[in-house]
Amino acid sequence: MHAIGIAFHRRLRSVAFGLLLSALTVVLLGTLLLLWGAAVWSLAEGPTGAPVLTVVYVVTAVGAVLPLSWCSYGLGELQRDRFRRTLAIDIERPPGPRSLRAARAWRQLGYHLAAATFLLPLLVRADLALARRLLGPSQAEALTLRVEALARSRADMVAAADAERRRIERDLHDGAQQRLLSLAMNLGMARAALDDAPTPARVAIEQAHDEATLALTELREFVRGMHPAVLDDRGLDAALSGITARAPFPVGLRVDVPTRCAPSIEAIAYFVVSEALTNVARHAEATRAEVTVRRTGDRLRVTVSDDGRGGAVIGPADGAGAGPAEGSTAGSGLRGLAQRAASVDGTLTVTSPPGGPTALVVELPCA
Amino acid sequence: MRVVLAEDSLLIRTGLTTLLTGGGYEVAAAVGDAEALLRAVAEHEPDLVVVDVRMPPTHTDEGIQAALVVRRQYPGMAVVVLSQYVEERYATDLLSGDTSRVGYLLKDRVAQVPEFLAALRRVLDGGTALDPEVVAQLMVRRRRDPLERLTPRERDVLRLMAEGRSNSGIVTALRVSHSAVEKYVSSIFTKLDLTPTDVDHRRVLAVLTYLNS
Repeated sequence: MHAIGIAFHRRLRSVAFGLLLSALTVVLLGTLLLLWGAAVWSLAEGPTGAPVLTVVYVVTAVGAVLPLSWCSYGLGELQRDRFRRTLAIDIERPPGPRSLRAARAWRQLGYHLAAATFLLPLLVRADLALARRLLGPSQAEALTLRVEALARSRADMVAAADAERRRIERDLHDGAQQRLLSLAMNLGMARAALDDAPTPARVAIEQAHDEATLALTELREFVRGMHPAVLDDRGLDAALSGITARAPFPVGLRVDVPTRCAPSIEAIAYFVVSEALTNVARHAEATRAEVTVRRTGDRLRVTVSDDGRGGAVIGPADGAGAGPAEGSTAGSGLRGLAQRAASVDGTLTVTSPPGGPTALVVELPCA
Repeated sequence: MRVVLAEDSLLIRTGLTTLLTGGGYEVAAAVGDAEALLRAVAEHEPDLVVVDVRMPPTHTDEGIQAALVVRRQYPGMAVVVLSQYVEERYATDLLSGDTSRVGYLLKDRVAQVPEFLAALRRVLDGGTALDPEVVAQLMVRRRRDPLERLTPRERDVLRLMAEGRSNSGIVTALRVSHSAVEKYVSSIFTKLDLTPTDVDHRRVLAVLTYLNS
């Protein structure tokens, strides 16, 4: 109660004097213990040298107890004085004479020892806490440092995932796609050359050729959705016209991006449109869709809307028990988009009342 | 007919050489990058150049750039660009100004051997071969306007015109009569406010200019 109103310098002085008294207590009691111990030890060993020494030892062994009385009451007086002078707090003196036989003598001695034992470590701890608070980073600063570290590592991971996607695209382009094209081309040549071959052989070749062509188209569609070379080369506008033209329903496209955004942002915007149109084609039963991409200041806003049946929701995170319900695949697709937008501090919102129309809006920071 | 071929994948280069040879062409040179292509064109002066878009060193649009150089330096030479993905942007670069003796096709089309050889023939004869996918991309841009006034059949005809087909090509593709095609074409030109022309590649240019504007 008192402590609240007490000025800092007074408390400081109280602690400082307390420390001094503690030190005094330790020195006095230590010296007494040393003298007493030495005397008792010498008597137990058997006194040697001048006979007067034996007398000194006996007097010391017995008399060392006497200053204890002064230590208890005298130091008690000093401690009370300390509280009165520094903190203006009066602690009453217990009644009765200064006697070692009274319990209060040992109680007071106990306080002096406790003060010596506790005050110092407490002060050390307070000092450490103060040093941590004032010399080290504040909690806010520590959090800032942590956030910076996390943001850096996250940006690294986004860039690494981007690079990985480019590498896979390149590998497929140089490997599987060329090999499959070569196969389809050879089958095509065989088909053209073997017009007069026996029917079973011709049918087999025709089927193989058709299959190879179909596989080629599917692989091309897949790779195109991943990371097209034209995106790096010519930007969003050029890359998006490719996927919008291939959608199985009419798609309007408007791109208004005067200066290009960072490659990782363009990649996400492209991926969003690609995935959103795939979702619309699979689930929305739409007759048409609109894609708008607009840069305002440092924000890139991607909107994909359709006139389908609506009811699209962002599904639970992967592995969180997405059931086999019809909408779940669309939902997890949207969840993937939301996660990719969030990986660069972007946002995704879906407005999709039952019966439609559906509008998906993704906002991304451009840098 | 002599051809110079540029394609960085050895597998496809070999396959295309076989295909072209089988189609009656003489492959004068088959090279793996744009610089070698320009050297080979200067050396052999072929009738036709077939070039892949994505080649070393950057694997982006080297083929388009090389094709543009060839078209500038040898105006009479037929150039067909093949690409893993057709991009409207690249088509616009390639077709700006003159659409005669030029082709831009999806690489996968080479597997449809007779159709591919027919497209090469069309380009060699002074025409255009534009991949249907490119035309679709161009038409996406113009969905909201006068294109809406065209009937579905007229839109089909417009698409085939943009691909570079002649009237008889359209007759074959749509299985309709010659006079019907002529009627569709003149109706399209009226609706889109284009000046009618009989020369096929000028007609392509008019259609593309319209789609691109």
